[in-house]
Amino acid sequence: MAQNIAITGMGIVSAIGMNVEENLMSLKGNKHGISKIENIDTILRDSIFVGEIKKINQELLDLLGVKEVVNNFSRTSMLGTLAVKEAIEDAGIDVRSENIGFINSTTVGGMDIIERYYNTFEFEKDEQHYIEVHDAGNNTNVICDYLGIKGMVTTISTACSSAANAIMLGARLIKSGRLDKVIVGGMDGLCKFTINGFNTLMILSDAHNQPFDDQRKGLNLGEGAAYLVLEAEESYTKRGKKPLAFLSGYANANDAFHQTASSENGEGAFLAMQKAFEVAGLDVGSIDYVNAHGTATPNNDLSEGRAILNVFNQNVPDFSSTKPFTGHTLAAAAAVEAVYSILSLREGIIYPNLNFETPMKEFDLIPNLQLKSKEVNAVLSNSFGFGGNCSSLIFVK
Amino acid sequence: MKNNIVKYCNIKNNEVFLDGKSIFHDEEKLDFNEFIKKVYKNFEMEYPKFYKMDPLCKLAVAGSSILLDQFEEVDSEMAVILSNKSSCIDIDIVHQASISEGNEGYASPANFVYTLPNIALGEISIKYKLRSENSFFIFEDFNPDFLIDYTTSLIGLKKTNQVMCGWVEIFKNEYNAFLFIVKAEKGITFNKENLLKLI
Amino acid sequence: MEELKKELKEKIIEALNLEDMSIEDINDTDMLFEEGLGLDSIDALELIIILDKDYGIKLTDSKEGKKIFQSIETMAQYISENRTK
Repeated sequence: MAQNIAITGMGIVSAIGMNVEENLMSLKGNKHGISKIENIDTILRDSIFVGEIKKINQELLDLLGVKEVVNNFSRTSMLGTLAVKEAIEDAGIDVRSENIGFINSTTVGGMDIIERYYNTFEFEKDEQHYIEVHDAGNNTNVICDYLGIKGMVTTISTACSSAANAIMLGARLIKSGRLDKVIVGGMDGLCKFTINGFNTLMILSDAHNQPFDDQRKGLNLGEGAAYLVLEAEESYTKRGKKPLAFLSGYANANDAFHQTASSENGEGAFLAMQKAFEVAGLDVGSIDYVNAHGTATPNNDLSEGRAILNVFNQNVPDFSSTKPFTGHTLAAAAAVEAVYSILSLREGIIYPNLNFETPMKEFDLIPNLQLKSKEVNAVLSNSFGFGGNCSSLIFVK
Repeated sequence: MKNNIVKYCNIKNNEVFLDGKSIFHDEEKLDFNEFIKKVYKNFEMEYPKFYKMDPLCKLAVAGSSILLDQFEEVDSEMAVILSNKSSCIDIDIVHQASISEGNEGYASPANFVYTLPNIALGEISIKYKLRSENSFFIFEDFNPDFLIDYTTSLIGLKKTNQVMCGWVEIFKNEYNAFLFIVKAEKGITFNKENLLKLI
Repeated sequence: MEELKKELKEKIIEALNLEDMSIEDINDTDMLFEEGLGLDSIDALELIIILDKDYGIKLTDSKEGKKIFQSIETMAQYISENRTK
C-alpha cells in the first residue's frame, strides 16, 4: 500500500491572485489573468498575451516590507518569497526554530536583474553585486535569508516540470525519514530572456491560449510562484494539524525525443503518468479530474492528448488545462497547478478549460468547459518540460 | 550487495580520465570549445548533433560517451542525476547578448533551446534512448551527501538498478566534469570520502 | 542565382554548426530535412531567422517553411522572388 504524504500548507501568487483565496475566487468566477504586457518594455508588447502579475517590482518590495533600495531580490525571488510566506503561515510552522527543508525551483532566476543592468555592469561598480543575483541558487538563498529557513536547501532547474520534481524530491525526503517538514515548489518571473526566446521558437500565441483546441496557436507565458508544505505523519499528528490533502503518486520519465518537442505519442508523458499510478497504488478509474499540462502548443496538446487516451484506455475522466487563467508559469507551473488540484479536492470543483471552441481532429477529446461541482477524491496533474522531462503527480483527499 | 561506483570519468585541465587513468591529454592550452572538439574527434563519437550543443551539453555528452560507449547496450531504465553550480550560464549570456538593445528581433532558437541545464539530460537521453528518471540540481559546490542519498533511494525504491550521476560544471574556460555509474556490483565503495577523492 | 546558392550553403554551415561539412558537400537538390542533411525543427527556425535578417522576408507560419526549405534550389528560388534586401 502506498504511503501518502500529507500537505499541511500552501501559498501562491499568480496572474489571478496574490494568495490562495484570491486564486480560488478567480477560478470560480471565470476570471482569467491574461493581458497585454505592461511591466516590461519589449518590442513584442503588442503581439503577445501574457499572464502577468499586475504589480511592479516596487509594489512587491513594499508587500515584503523591504526598505533597502539596494537589495538582492529579483522579480522571481520576490514572487517566491510571497508564496513561501503564505505557505508557512498556512501550515502554522516556525521555520526559524526548526530545521525545515526547502526544495525550490526556477528557470529564470535573476534574469530580469541581469537584463536591467546588462549594458552598464562593466562600468557601474554599484551594480556589480547584482551579478550574483542571476544565479538560480542565489535566488533561493535570498528567500531563506528573508524568512529564516535553515534546513536542507536546493534548487531544481528542469524547465516546466521543475516544481513537480521539487515536490517529488520533497515527498521522498519525508518518506525516507530524512525530514519531517519540507517546503516545495517553484517560482518564475516574466523577463525578456524568456519572452524573446519562446518567440524565436515560434510557439507563442498572439491571442489567448486555447488548450486542446484544433485552432490553437501556441502558449501565453505567465509568471508566478507556488509552494506546498509537505509533512510527516508523526509531525502533524503530534501538533494536531489537519492535512489539506495528500500526495499519493508521483513519477518522472524522459521522452528521449527532442530538446523542445514531444514525441508523437507522448511516450515520456505516458510513462510518467503510468509510473505515478504505480507509486500511488491506484488504478486509473479512481481519478476524478486531470489537470493537464495543456500549454496550447500544437505539439504538446497532441502528444499529451494521445498519452492521456492511452493511459486511461480511451476512458478519460473530466480534464482541463488552467493555463488559460494563468498563462504558462514555467518552473512554477506544476506547483501552481498542485495548489489548484488541492483546491479541487477540497472544494469539490472541476475547472473549465477556457477559450475552447473546436475539438481537435486527431482524436475524440473534449475538455471540461464549465466550472463543475462534483465529489473529487483524486486528481492527476501533469507537467512536461523541455529536454523531454515529464512529471506527473496524483493528489488525494 | 551494496551500491558501488562501477565506472567513473573525469574531464578537466585539458585531460580525460577513465577510472582514474588518463586516456586523452592535450598538450596545448586550448580553450574549452577547441579542447572538447578534439575529445569528440579522438574518441570517434560520431554524433553530428554534438556541434550544435552549448558548452554544458558538450561536456555532459562527452563525459557520458566516455562512460557509456564501452557498453554494447545501455539500459534504458538507467536514471541520470546531474548537478553543477553555474547552470548553463555560458549560453544564457550568448542569448542575453542577442536580445539586448538593438538586437531584440533576432534571438537564435538554436541558442535559446539550450538555456536550461536539464537539456543536457535530454541530449543524453536522446543519444542513449533512456526513458528513465532524470533531474538536474544546482548547488554552491559539489554535494556528495545529496547525490548519495538520492541515488541510494532511487535504487532502494527499485525505480532503477543503476544511476549515472555527477557534477558537470562549466563557466567560460573553467570546467570540471565528474561522471560515475552506481550499481549493486563490484566497484569502489559509494561514499562521501571516495567521491571527494575521485572528483 | 549561383552566387546566392553558394552564399546560402555558407550561411547554413555556419548558422547550423555543420562543422564537418564544406560547401562542396551540399548539392543544390539534396534534401535538407529528414534524409540528406538531416536538419530538424530548430534548424528550420534558424533558417526562418536568416530569411528575415539577411533577406528581409518574414515568415509567420513555421509550416510554410517546409516547402521553401526543401533544398538549396527551392530556397534560392524563393529568396530571389521575395527578397527585400
